[in-house]
Parts: sequence; structure tokens; C-alpha cells
Amino acid sequence: MTQRDAVIDCRNVWKVFGPRPDQMPALLARNPSAEELRAAGCVAAVRDVSLTIPRGEMLVVMGLSGSGKSTLVRCMSRLLDISAGQVAVEGQDIGTLTETQLIELRRRRMGMVFQSFGLLPHRNVLENVAFPLEMRGQPRAARIARAREMLELVGLTGREAHFPRELSGGQQQRVGIARSLAIEPAIWFLDEPFSALDPLIRREMQDEFLRLKGTLDKTIVFITHDFDEALRLADRIAIMKDGAVEQCDTPDRIVMAPATPYVAKFTAQIDRARVVRLAALAVPAAGGVHGAALPGEAVLHDMARAILADPRPQIPVAAADGSLLGLLDRQAATDLILGDRP
Amino acid sequence: MSGARAARPAHAAWILAGLALVLVLAKPLLPAGLVRPPDWLVLPFAGWINAVFDFLRDDLGLIHVTRAFAGAVEAALDTTANLLYGRSRWPHLGPIPWVVVAATMAMAGYALRGWRLAALTGGTFVWIAVMGQWKWAMETLSVIAVATPVAVALGLALGIMGWRWPRFERLLNPVLNLAQSLPHFAYMIPVVVFVGVGPKSGAIVTIIFSVPPMIRMTMLGLRRVAPEIIEAGQMAGANRWQVMTRVRLPAARTEILIGVNQVIMQSLAMVVLASFIGMPGLGQKLLQLLQALKIGLSFEIGITIVLLAVALDRLSKAWALHQPAHAEAGAGRIARHRLLLVWLGLVLAGFLLARAVPYFHVVERSQALSIAGPIDAVMDMLLGVVRPLTDGLRWFLITRVLIPLRDAILWLPFVGVLLALAALGWRIGGARSALVCLGFILPIALSGWWDRAMITVYTVGTAVALALLIGLPLGIWAAGRETRAKAVLLACDTFQTFPSFIYLIPVVMLFGVNDVAVVAAVVVFAAVPLVRYTVEGLRNVPPETVEAAEMSGATRRQLLWSVRLPLALPTLMVGLNQSVMFALFMVIIAAFIGTQDLGQEMQRALSATDVGKGLVLGLAVAFMGLMVDHLLMRWSAARRAVLQG
Repeated sequence: MTQRDAVIDCRNVWKVFGPRPDQMPALLARNPSAEELRAAGCVAAVRDVSLTIPRGEMLVVMGLSGSGKSTLVRCMSRLLDISAGQVAVEGQDIGTLTETQLIELRRRRMGMVFQSFGLLPHRNVLENVAFPLEMRGQPRAARIARAREMLELVGLTGREAHFPRELSGGQQQRVGIARSLAIEPAIWFLDEPFSALDPLIRREMQDEFLRLKGTLDKTIVFITHDFDEALRLADRIAIMKDGAVEQCDTPDRIVMAPATPYVAKFTAQIDRARVVRLAALAVPAAGGVHGAALPGEAVLHDMARAILADPRPQIPVAAADGSLLGLLDRQAATDLILGDRP
Repeated sequence: MSGARAARPAHAAWILAGLALVLVLAKPLLPAGLVRPPDWLVLPFAGWINAVFDFLRDDLGLIHVTRAFAGAVEAALDTTANLLYGRSRWPHLGPIPWVVVAATMAMAGYALRGWRLAALTGGTFVWIAVMGQWKWAMETLSVIAVATPVAVALGLALGIMGWRWPRFERLLNPVLNLAQSLPHFAYMIPVVVFVGVGPKSGAIVTIIFSVPPMIRMTMLGLRRVAPEIIEAGQMAGANRWQVMTRVRLPAARTEILIGVNQVIMQSLAMVVLASFIGMPGLGQKLLQLLQALKIGLSFEIGITIVLLAVALDRLSKAWALHQPAHAEAGAGRIARHRLLLVWLGLVLAGFLLARAVPYFHVVERSQALSIAGPIDAVMDMLLGVVRPLTDGLRWFLITRVLIPLRDAILWLPFVGVLLALAALGWRIGGARSALVCLGFILPIALSGWWDRAMITVYTVGTAVALALLIGLPLGIWAAGRETRAKAVLLACDTFQTFPSFIYLIPVVMLFGVNDVAVVAAVVVFAAVPLVRYTVEGLRNVPPETVEAAEMSGATRRQLLWSVRLPLALPTLMVGLNQSVMFALFMVIIAAFIGTQDLGQEMQRALSATDVGKGLVLGLAVAFMGLMVDHLLMRWSAARRAVLQG
């Protein structure tokens, strides 16, 4: 990946809350440990994070509460000023932007969805969705039309005149989503958008979200503390602990090759057959290959019947365009499907 | 904390208390300088303050600034006076017929809450008109109508500044604490010096008096806005001005409107009292009637003030809690503005009615109803029955309780009192609290008003003790059942909206004009917060704790004394604190029916427009209040920390 493709590029980002913000860079230059920081009366919410998010990717940032994931996403949008390091958005260091430039960036390129919705209680649904357009000075008729369009997209037509307190949690978050999409942002931040919802509604909203995501071409940073949600939605997952990123990788690799014991503990309870795609298990073939190939994009669980019924010890796996990805070891695949740990 | 370190403050407190006791017991042997502050120790605070005020007024020319401000206020007052009661000033349109005003208030009540509020607000204004009190009530309201918007704007501006700059807030907080414990009269004297007497100074003193709660509610509201709402505004690309005006302030709407409610209630209380500085209106009428002991007529005015207070309070609270609701989809323009159209129709009908029948424009004095006759008759009958009782009570209280207590307190040597207070402070909050207590009480000793202050202490002390005797059992009884608790809390809420002046009517009726009447007024006024916080404290005891005690076989009495009261104690102390504050305010107001304390001197300072003396007396009262506040809140916080682990 070249630097040009990177929509968001974090280099050694620190966010430390403490009594003397002006002395922070000098302190952080020494790359202090957690104990050193605590001794200085500081709390590190984000520790030395480097991440690159290419255009069109959906990155899920995942961790327990207090792991710094919400802080990290606020550093990417400069809702918080970082203590050290650099955040570049579309090649521009956002730390150096003036207030006007920053506002312009948010008005044109960014949208954000909040955990507890962050709707304006004194405005009705339509006015809430139109709010970002109003901020950038769009004429009233145009922004109302656009807001109606967005409400239709999230399935809230007919509720335009309702006020936030008159809606259910799921409906409120639909308003939040519509509002964040109203300006057609290139970058979409979602901060635990479904955590405040009931499990059934959450599932429904995830499906809705996947549908939306398919129709839009956006770079997405999605935060969650729910591992299942992360596995369901992510292109890549970054797992955070105590402010640092433990591992940032595809769901397959997170499950198959956890980088640290912490990540391993996280993945221990996961039914790996439902996560791992055949492509991730395929080993490059040495010689010729015979017979029908299985699709590489499918997860093991969905292909279980075919794999178990296949008599070949080595099963060929092909990509969507038909090109050969490699061979799947039947025994290894069976172990995974049956849940045996190596 | 180690055992030795924990024991030390207690030791120091006991040593101080012991010393105080020795000083008190050895009083006959003490040199005069330890019994009362010697003359050379009394500092001429009043002279200094007067010098500062003279400098500000004449040398700095501040009087021109205040005159200009007063001129602007007067212009606004003239306008409202013309509209509301037809004073011949610009715009020469008034008076608006009373039916129109009553219909407007009723519509406001209906729009914000419903029929019951509409009946209360509309009915209040119909009562005022029919009873022939329209002009006085409108004189009062015309000042509130000018003072409230100015006070709200000032409070908002200062509140926003306090929220924006923590340094400014640190400066503001002690000023607000002091301002909220200064008695009403202390505000009046400087205003009289700078502006003179009459409606405009009444309006200005009202503005100054009602700003502090607005500042506090603004800061509270701005701070309480959920951070995600602000972040949503920022991510929508709002700049600072847009975040403030379109996100933060609207999202803090409820708190800000509660602030407006408090401004209105404070204004009403102050406007009524401003009769002392020549403010015409309901307050002045009440003052005259009360001084002439015309019970029936003053009762009528009392009802009006109470109705106005309740109506304005409910209306502004309904506004604060009013939540927007969506109009039905597909509703037309007419349906969406139905209430507005109905109101316009009513106003038009009102004007036509007033044109046709003059009674509906202005009710002449000769057309007014009065229930003073029957009230006087009923009162005479009632007094005939209770007179032996009240006379007996009055005799007993005066000769057996009040006078001995007063003499005892006046007998105490002042150094003994200082040491005892320091001991109390040390016991509650360590050396720092002891110093705070001394810091508040020492200036009073040095001001030369020690005896007067001690009489205030005795009146307040007696009244609060009596209020405790009444309020605690009442609160415990009320908390026994949910429906009862709700009814009593509602009654407390209603009583608290009454301007303090009102409480003097029934006590003057029952006891005449003397010390007992003052104490009785203070007792009633101070009992209200006690009842309220007792009920709330008892009700907020966690149900699991009560259930656990019940399962341990506690009887109802054991439950109350061993579980519920101890857990409710911190809340109760907050009530006691408020009770003391209320009592101090009331004692000063009640001065005009005869006391010899700081209040009486304050009245004298007011009539002589002696700023220095007035402010010294006011600060003495405020310092007593702040000291009690410090001790009780400190104790309550420590206790709460212990209870919550």
C-alpha cells in the first residue's frame, strides 16, 4: 500500500491526560512506561499507536471499556488534540490545521455516529439530520430535501416531525446515522453505535449497516467492545488494551495467529469455523491440481459439508475470479470445524 | 489514617471547649475587655465603607453611570406601567383591559400544561381584577416584567463567562455565596444611595437580588450538557459561536429556564419587600394595612400575593419542563397554529367586550368585591376562641423562655463564645474549620454590634429549635406513607414560593405586634425546609437496607431510630442549614414589627440611608449564615462519605 492510498495515517500517536499538557512532548519523547506516567500524575489513554487505514477499508477498533478506543477515534477527528505523534487525514497533518480548516474538513469529509446518539433534543428529526448541512450554510430547501432523502435511506420516512425523545433507541440511532451521512462524508466514524441498543435491535441494525455499507463507498472506522460484532463487520480488526494496539489484522489472522496472549484470550471462546475463510488456510500448491475448487471467500462453517464429504486429502481453493489460491489440508480443516485446538 | 493522627483534632477541640467553659464560668472575674470587645478594638468598618462609597459615587463619578442605567430602567418601567395600568406615559396605549390579560395568562397555562394550570393562572387574574386590586398588582408586575428579562440576560452572560473561564468562576463563587446570604435590606441601602427611592430603585434592587440563582443555573446547565451532543455539533462542522448558540445553550434549556423560574420568584419576593424603599404596589399596600392592623384587608392582599406567586411559579416551571411534541402528520397550517389563533380570537373578543362594558376594562374601586368584612368577623370569632390560648402561650414564651434565654446569651463573655465556636469548628472540620468560624465571627465582634448580633442569634436559635420540634415529627409522620409524603412535599413546595413577607399576616393576627409574633413567623418559615428534607431524607433510604432490617426483626420504632434516621441524617442537615438561612432572612424582615436585633438597626440604616452601617449589619448577618452553612455542610459531607464507605 502506498502512502497515497492511506486515508487515515496515525504515526506513534499518544494521548495522555495529565496536569501539565505543555510538558507532555518532552515526557513522551522518552517513551515512558505506564508506571512512569502514573508517577507523573498522568493517564495514557492512547499509547504509541501507529495505524494506516487505506481508502475503502472498514477498520473495527475493538477493546474493553477503558482501553482507549473511543479516545483513539477522537484523535483521528481531532475532537481531542493528541499529545505526541502525528495523524494525517488524506495526506494532511490535522494537527497543523487552523480552526477554520478543521471545521471545513469536518463539514466536507467526515461524519460520526455516537454511542448515545448525541441528537439535539430541541430539534425534530428532520432538523437534526439537516443540522450539518445548515452548519455549512446550505440553503434551507436544499438541506430539507437532502435530509428527507437520508431519512428514507435509513427507513424513517414519516417520522420527520418527531422529536428525539419520542423515538425508540434504534430509531434515534437511525437518525444519528442519517445525520452523519447527510454531507456524504468520505470518512465515517462510528463510536459503538449499537452498544446502547437491545440485542435484537442490535442485530437488526448490524444487518442494516451492512446493507448501507454495501451501497456506499467509504472509509470506515468502527468502534465496538463486542467481538462478534467486530468479526461480523470488519475488513481488519485492531485490538486495543490499555491504550496500545495489541494486534491489527484481518479477522482470519486474529483468530488463527493471535499476536499476544491477550488477543489469544479474546479469541479463545470464538467458533473459529465461523470466522476463518478457506483462503486463509490455503497453502500454495506445488504441482498440478485436479477436480473442482471451493470458493476462497467462504468461511469454513459454510463449506463444512463439502469439505467433510470430499475424499481428497488436499482440496483446491479458488478466488472469486477462478484463479487458484492454493490447497486446503482436509485434516486441518476438519480439526477446525470440529473445534479441536492444535 | 493512624489512630494517633485521628485523635489529635478531637483533643484540640476538647481543649478549646474546656477553655471556653472556664471563661464562661469565670465571667465575674474576667476583665471587662474579655466580656465585651473594648472600644479600642472596635473598628470603624461603617466609616471605611462610607468612604469607599463616597469615593465611588462622587470622585469616580459612578453616580452618572448609575443614573444613566436608572434612566434606562425608568423608561422601560414607564412603558410597562402604561400598558399594564395606564400610567400616562409613552406609548399611551394602556391600560390593557384586564380580561385580555387574564385570557392571555390562561392561554399560556393551557398551552404549557393544560386546563388545571389555565384555571389557576386565569383565575388568579380574574380574582385580582374582581377584588379591585388590579392597579397595585400591575404596579408590582410591571417591575417584575422589567426586572426579569434584565436579570436573566445578566445572569446568562455572567454564567457563560463563569463556565468559559474557570478563573472567573473561582472569583464568582464566593461572591455568589455572600450575595445569596445577604438579607434583602442590605441590597436596598446602596441602591437608595445611588438611585434614590421609588419604582426604579425597586426595579434595580430586584434585578441585583435575582441575578445570582440565574448565574448558578446557567453554569450548571452548560456543564451538564452531554459531551456527545457537543461532539456531534463539532463533527457537524459547527464553529464556536454555532456550538454555543445552536447546540450548547438549547441543550441546557431546562436548567436555564429553571433559572428563569428562580429569577421570577426572587423578583416577586423582593418587589414585595421593596415597599420599604417607596416601591408602590401590593407590598406597600400590605405594609400599610398590616401596620394599621387591618386584618381582613391585609388578608385579601395576602391571598393575591400567594395566588400570584403560585401561578407565576407553576407557569414558569411548566415552561421549563415543557417538552416539544410533533404535530400530526398532514395537519394543515391552521391546525398547527390552533392555540395561537384561539388566543388571538380571545384577545380580540376581550378588547371588544372591554369597549362595550367598561367593567371588563377597568374595575372601579366602587365596583370591587371585598371579603374583608366576613374575614374580620370570622377572625374575631376565631380569636375569641384561641385568644386565651395564644395569650397564655405568649406570656409563657416571653417570661419563661425568650427573656431568660436572651439574658443568658447576652450574659456570655464574647471570648468564651469565640472559643466555643472555634472548638465546634475544630471538632467538625479540623483546624481549617476552626479558622473559618473565627474568620466569620471575629469581624462581628470587631464591628461593635455584638449585643445586637447575639439577640439575632437567640431569636434564630429559639425559632429553629421550635421549628425542629414541629418539623421533624411532621416530616417523620409524612414520610410514613407515599401519598402523604407527596401531599406534604407539594405543600412545602407551595409554601416556599410565598414571599417571606406573607408569613407575617397570620402571626400578627394571632399574636399582635411583639417578640412572640416574630419568633412565630420565623418558626413557620423555617419549618418548611426542615419538613421537606426530613421527608426526602427518609424516603431516599435504600429499600434493601430497610428490608434487611425488617428481616432482622426490627420493630417500626427500631427501624426509624436505628436505620432510617441515621441514614437520613446528612440530608436532614441540609434541611437544617436551609432552615437557619431562612430564619436569618425572616428575622431581619420581621424587624419592622418590633425586635431589638440587627434587623431593627438595619431598618434604621435604611431610613437614614447609611450605606456603611447597613452593609456592616448585612455582612454580619451573612457571616453568621455562612458560618452555619460551612459547619453543617462540612458535617453533612463527612457523614455522607462515612455512610457511603
